[in-house]
Amino acid sequence: MKNKYSIFSLIKNAFSQHENWKQAWGDPEPKREYEAIIIGGGGHGLATAYYLAKKHNMRNIAVLEKGWIGGGNTGRNTTIIRSNYLWDASAGLYDHALKIWENLSQELNYNIMFSQRGVMNLAHNLQDVRDLKRRTHANRLNGIDAVWLNTNQVKEFCPIINTSPDIRYPVLGGTLQRRAGTARHDAVAWGYARGADEMGVDIIQNCEVKGIKRNGDQVEGVETSKGFIKTKKIGVVAAGHSSVIANMAGLKLPLESKPLQALVSEPVKPIIDTVVMSNAVHAYVSQSDKGELVIGAGTDAYISYTQRGSHDVVEGTLKAILELYPIFSRMKMLRQWGGIVDICPDASPIISKTNIKGLYFNCGWGTGGFKATPGSGDFFAHTIANDEPHKLNAAFNLNRFVSGDLVDEHGAAAVAH
Amino acid sequence: MFLINCPYCGERDQSEFSCGGEAHIVRPKQPTELSDNQWAEYLFMRKNIKGVQFERWNHAHGCRKWFNMVRDTSNDKIHAVYKMGEKPPVE
Repeated sequence: MKNKYSIFSLIKNAFSQHENWKQAWGDPEPKREYEAIIIGGGGHGLATAYYLAKKHNMRNIAVLEKGWIGGGNTGRNTTIIRSNYLWDASAGLYDHALKIWENLSQELNYNIMFSQRGVMNLAHNLQDVRDLKRRTHANRLNGIDAVWLNTNQVKEFCPIINTSPDIRYPVLGGTLQRRAGTARHDAVAWGYARGADEMGVDIIQNCEVKGIKRNGDQVEGVETSKGFIKTKKIGVVAAGHSSVIANMAGLKLPLESKPLQALVSEPVKPIIDTVVMSNAVHAYVSQSDKGELVIGAGTDAYISYTQRGSHDVVEGTLKAILELYPIFSRMKMLRQWGGIVDICPDASPIISKTNIKGLYFNCGWGTGGFKATPGSGDFFAHTIANDEPHKLNAAFNLNRFVSGDLVDEHGAAAVAH
Repeated sequence: MFLINCPYCGERDQSEFSCGGEAHIVRPKQPTELSDNQWAEYLFMRKNIKGVQFERWNHAHGCRKWFNMVRDTSNDKIHAVYKMGEKPPVE
């Protein structure tokens, strides 16, 4: 690897005030033709390009990004990584991703700050308790680590949680996945971009796709703000804007795009060393390495591409946070933002071929795509390269909405979607 | 978050309403005669437009009546509100 990052390169560059680091990826003009084009330079898109080049030896490919890489949902999520999903198909997908996360910093030679600090999901009513226990059993049958904690064990694991039985939604217990945790979201995009660039992938930023050219049922290329680019394979990884691209190709998808919000507080000293999620009151919180509380709120209940989100959604989340963590009552919130998430009716993603030859979609990740980034890229690359899905993403095909074989993670996936 | 001019109650906060998604999707008269593809099209496939969209809303915490709305999903600007059964505005 050229320009390998190490303690020695760090020391060497310190002598020149860190002003001579080489650019981690290039800024090429698009060629006239590529073997494959990935639309969307977020984590999933860059990972797809990386695995296409690395595992399938497709080097003459490009990633087109309308803004800057990692500037969409990759840079807007709450960085939670876990694989404690209920159904077998989801377990296979998300745990594959988690296994890649565990060695990703080494593989990319890029510190993605993966931290297996554990993710705890709280139960607040009898049905939660039953559902979460059922999920724990399902997880363990699929080889995914999961334990049930009673109220005292929850308190022991995260002492700042208010476990008093007198609050509106008392904590009746919770599940814990110790292998779960967080990673630095920007670094994931940057690490994959650097890795892909090194293998010859063109990462083209500020290049918006305006149209998809078809000849009958075969794609021929894309119209972009930088001109027409010819290709026989297009992988769309456009998150909230997947339907916009689909409409260009004359296709309809089972998606609705909605703003999902998150917010961070002012930075404070370490106070919470894990990730705590709560489905019933819809609040989740962790603490970044900078010391900010990273808080995830819900989606607006209507279609919107505004990347803002409504105030009442944030208000509801903060009310729940304050009841669960009275210690945060005087903290100030620093920033709030929204990202546009594309939600499937069954709250599971689509990694699939379409009826149009050479057009592939990786979308529908809804409110929880970040955790799957490496697995999503790996399987999507496999699907594009072989024109066939990998056995672990076969269930996530577009045809499931016709056959009825849905992967219904709605309400089963440990957090409301 | 925005204000919605309910055709029955007047201007109210959006949080009083619930959105029923894309409007003017007609339930097939003979579902049993549809192919799986046609049924999936009716049940799941959506335009999910970025731009001007026709959609159904319900004043859930008010008069509880359904009505239609024309809204630009790229900036949440409402162009028109009209009652169920009324013809959608052309522009």
